[in-house]
Amino acid sequence: MQNQQNIQNNKATKKNVIDVSGLFKEYQTAAGPFPVLKDVNLRIDNGDYVAIMGPSGSGKSTFMNILGCLDKPTKGKYILDGHAVATMEENDVAGVRNKTIGFVFQGFNLLSRSSLLDNVALPLVYSHIDKAERHARAKVLLEKVGLGNHINSRPNQISGGQQQRVAIARALINNPRLILADEPTGNLDSVTSEEIMALFSQLNKEGITIVLVTHETDIAEHAKRQVRFLDGKIVQDTLTNGHVSTNNESSEVI
Amino acid sequence: MFSAMLGEAWHAMGANRLRTFLTMLGMVIGVSAVVLMMAIGQGAEASVKRSISAMGSNLFVVLSGPPRVAGARSATGNAPSLNVKDANAIGELDDVAGVAPVTMGKSQIVYGSNNWNTDIIGTTPSYLDIRSWGLSAGYAFSDSDIRSATRVALIGKTVAQNIFGEDIDPVGKTIRINQSPFVILGMLDSKGQTLDGRDQDDTIIVPLTTAQRKLFGNQLPGSVRQILVQAESDNVMSILEESMNGLLNQRHNIREGADSDFSVRNLTAIANSAAETARTMSLLLGAIASVSLLVGGIGIMNIMLVSVTERTREIGIRMAIGARQRDILLQFLLEAIMISIVGCLIGIGIGVGGAVLVGIFTQAEIIISSESVLIAFSVAASIGVFFGFYPARMAAMLNPIEALRYQ
Repeated sequence: MQNQQNIQNNKATKKNVIDVSGLFKEYQTAAGPFPVLKDVNLRIDNGDYVAIMGPSGSGKSTFMNILGCLDKPTKGKYILDGHAVATMEENDVAGVRNKTIGFVFQGFNLLSRSSLLDNVALPLVYSHIDKAERHARAKVLLEKVGLGNHINSRPNQISGGQQQRVAIARALINNPRLILADEPTGNLDSVTSEEIMALFSQLNKEGITIVLVTHETDIAEHAKRQVRFLDGKIVQDTLTNGHVSTNNESSEVI
Repeated sequence: MFSAMLGEAWHAMGANRLRTFLTMLGMVIGVSAVVLMMAIGQGAEASVKRSISAMGSNLFVVLSGPPRVAGARSATGNAPSLNVKDANAIGELDDVAGVAPVTMGKSQIVYGSNNWNTDIIGTTPSYLDIRSWGLSAGYAFSDSDIRSATRVALIGKTVAQNIFGEDIDPVGKTIRINQSPFVILGMLDSKGQTLDGRDQDDTIIVPLTTAQRKLFGNQLPGSVRQILVQAESDNVMSILEESMNGLLNQRHNIREGADSDFSVRNLTAIANSAAETARTMSLLLGAIASVSLLVGGIGIMNIMLVSVTERTREIGIRMAIGARQRDILLQFLLEAIMISIVGCLIGIGIGVGGAVLVGIFTQAEIIISSESVLIAFSVAASIGVFFGFYPARMAAMLNPIEALRYQ
């Protein structure tokens, strides 16, 4: 029985791009340790599209930072694409952020001094790819997100929606398995938000796993699966109507 | 990767031009001060060294006196206690490269309607060798002129200019020294000033015997004022000094413990100490200028710290998309090095230009050695590394989440 479960776990690890179990996170404050995440367990399948929801202070942003290898848990296991993040060297973690994960932020986080082309190509600088290829690949992606005519513009010369497209192109440049988006439509109007969400859906159809944090239910409706956080715990994990479960285990309410 | 980072460092420098310029200014002033000061210092050193080699190397002068007149000692060189035989005896010693007995005085010289008062040196042909003094025209007198005390003379440039003017070639002309006619055999090379500012070209050289018998005839026969002695090399100077003292004491019958009637002086030692002083000066100037380099370095560190704080969010973004700590470190380090190297290049330009101008306006000798430029450059580059490292490390150690949240 015990053995069987282990085998099942191993299988699950291969199939899951994200496998989080028993995750705790505490912040040290003047008043003593303050728990933010309390025993979070979550598996996300390859090719899944998950919306993480919850009120402010529920721990969803902290959870996203841990998923993105920007922060480390106090306790617990996080296996990303088959590798235990906790045992990795700092340089390898940077490599994971560079190649396995693509980040999309609420505030776009583009470099204001650089052209759109250089912004999109920036991650490739850290994967040691030469300039000609960097620019060629960045150009292709800018065309894909509909900004092929603006490659030499600066971020402050284009609209917010366009800036978010540039950020998505940057996230895609290293062909990541996983895109992590933290309130990607938080700074956009509803029409532009729909355009961005359509772009995410298209990327998901192309096979990229997407995890996004949002507090708007209509945005979360675009995802296949919705996970709700409250007080540092997952309180609800449901499939969006019309989607079929691919992972029975994780659809249970924990 | 590296070229991309160089490009980014260049961009960052251009992003705030005024600030970059002001930061660089510290470096520019420091480097130009170092280059300029070293150019002036080395120039001074070289001109001292040239005066030394103009005087002749490894030289002793043996002076007669001090004589004792009723218990009161008067100045050295006054009493003619040395003579040509002493000079010949010194010439027999080991380690002696050359000996020239010298007698001297001042005389009025006349050519046509012009006259001039100058130093007359009576000596032997070896004097010119010892002082490595060549002729620019004509030829020198020989030992046969010494034997027959002929009335011939070698004329210095200053004297020639004053009694002949620019147009007349002095060689072969006859001048009168103390009313006696002398034929000018040759013209001496210009030697410039001595360390104490005496014009060495304001002189006339005649055969020793001629000076003794026909110009300054009131002295004891054969006596000389001084004997110039050149040692074989620098190492034997002290041995030679001892053996000369011994020899002359013996020849002059000076008992042990009694005052000598001559004194031996090491001219090279005096000159060397002058050179040492010049070198110390040039080191001191360089050291003072280096302080401004240090101040420039602190300026770079200050601005880099501000820059890291200002660009905290950018650092967060870079880390989120895969920059390693050493990538961030390298980026900021490169920026600091680039500022200091560009500042250094401008500083070298200004320093060299300034040195050339100083040379033109003050006539002082200026030497811009590639060595001093290289030193200034490498010091500036290492200051960039040294003062850029702390801010760059601070940037690299930033927590990515906090950096991303930074407003």
